[in-house]
Amino acid sequence: MTSPPTSIDKPAVQTISRKQSPAAERHIEEQVVALNDVNVYYGNFHAVAGVTFNVPKNQITALIGPSGCGKSTVIRCINRMNDLVPNARVEGSITYHGVDICSPKVDPVEVRRRIGMVFQKPNPFPKSIYENIAWGAKINGIKGNMDELVEKSLRQAALWDEVKDKLKESGLALSGGQQQRLCIARTLAINPDVILMDEPASSLDPISTLKIEDLMRDLVRDYTIVIVTHNMQQAARVSDQTVFFSLNEERRGVLVEASPTRDLFTNPKDQRTEDYITGRFG
Amino acid sequence: MSVFSTPRGIVTRSLEGSPGVRSRKRRGAIVSWIYVAATASAVLALAVLLWTIWDRGASSLDLSFITSKSSSRAERAGIGTALLGTLWIITLTALIAIPLGVGAAVYLEEYAPRNWWTRILQTNISNLAGVPSVVYGLLGLGVFANILALGRTIITGALTMSLLVLPIIVIAGQESIRAVPLSLRQGAYALGATKWQVTRYHVLPVAMPGILTGTILALSRAIGETAPLLVAGASGYLTFNPDSIMDGYTVLPVQIFYWTSRPQDEFRELAAAGIIVLMIILLMMNSVAIVFRHRFGKRARW
Repeated sequence: MTSPPTSIDKPAVQTISRKQSPAAERHIEEQVVALNDVNVYYGNFHAVAGVTFNVPKNQITALIGPSGCGKSTVIRCINRMNDLVPNARVEGSITYHGVDICSPKVDPVEVRRRIGMVFQKPNPFPKSIYENIAWGAKINGIKGNMDELVEKSLRQAALWDEVKDKLKESGLALSGGQQQRLCIARTLAINPDVILMDEPASSLDPISTLKIEDLMRDLVRDYTIVIVTHNMQQAARVSDQTVFFSLNEERRGVLVEASPTRDLFTNPKDQRTEDYITGRFG
Repeated sequence: MSVFSTPRGIVTRSLEGSPGVRSRKRRGAIVSWIYVAATASAVLALAVLLWTIWDRGASSLDLSFITSKSSSRAERAGIGTALLGTLWIITLTALIAIPLGVGAAVYLEEYAPRNWWTRILQTNISNLAGVPSVVYGLLGLGVFANILALGRTIITGALTMSLLVLPIIVIAGQESIRAVPLSLRQGAYALGATKWQVTRYHVLPVAMPGILTGTILALSRAIGETAPLLVAGASGYLTFNPDSIMDGYTVLPVQIFYWTSRPQDEFRELAAAGIIVLMIILLMMNSVAIVFRHRFGKRARW
């Protein structure tokens, strides 16, 4: 496993916007996370069966599919959040830079330290905006100028201008869209390698959603992002790779197709994908 | 055709109310009066009780009554020793029972695996909360006073009371901890926090007002308990103030009980005055609990 990033200074985010991330244009992609034949069980219920796909570095991978097909379950395996669900069991291999993160030797705390997560419903801590960001850095032993880190994270999350004068106010006083960007800033403050987003815009209005999408395109230059979304247009707009899930006859979530986003939406390989993206099913 | 379809003609029916609607409304009014009567009778009983006590005890209530020690002569006897004993007992009980109770609640909610063993544990904690208090007194007498040879001292009384309130504090603590939204925990875990960091910085601060409210209510119940301390060794008649945890003691309800069993009328008046003091303490504690609930209840919203 790579050593944890200990410094808080990363190159400042450039302001020029690009349509595609640099890695997408390269021929050889580095795979940050690889899932191989992953099965998830909740007690006796076999929720997800035989999922295999890779997450390439500095790209956005979108997981789409109908409700209940296991997208969220799969994304939660990547940072071991399913450990928190009683009776949840994961089989198969999930590697992060070649290390099997499901191995009993691997500490889930270390995994989550490198693979951050943003949730469906904004969940800022009931503390000040400043503390919302500084807390993660503090508990992870990140040293340095905390004020600078807070500002840098908020700028990265495109929230600084809106909150710079009220850092001492509660994070709960912000609007939904602002809260979600605060949660993104909080995740960025611990300088993760991968950011998982579980329907980050599903509870937001269209303008806030657009802001989050723009933000993701900015962030993907420095981070690797996996996003679960209900919204096909969103996947088409922001992602480099799309993974389509569906339910099989036994009502288990299965992976149908994983392709570069443009291919999946213009030229789906599987009939079920085509049915879904054309709105005939789902 | 659907079973729940709208009756035909509902649109054209008079908006002033049909006989059916009027009879339903009448039934509603009757029922609401029954509830008012039920509430009123409870409040009335309490008012009569308070008035009787005040009427009998107010004349004995003065500063010397509150500070004086007990005496075999009614005009010299006061509640001072018992008040001091109550303060000793309740402070020690809080110091013993709160850390243990909150610790147990945190363990059961955040750490313990969900299996048959913890289910048995859980059921028994609920059962303990319903055990008659005199049983705790016997336990205290047997274990603390005799086996541990602590005697009929303040520490025995406080340990006995701690056992009595512990299940209530554990259950109140568990409920407050369970009410902390899962999303808050997940947010903290996702930042690479350990279980203890999540508990220490997020779960406990949010749960604390609820825990404190439950704890204060448990302690105010303990203040009024007579039976366990009577059994575990509180004295009815004590003419010196305790000044260490290894001293003998008495508490307000035991002192009141002792006075009511005396034949002289003067002592009955003292008992009534003692009850007023006890009630004032209880009301004060319950007000603190209400303030906690309101002050912190408003802030928590997700």
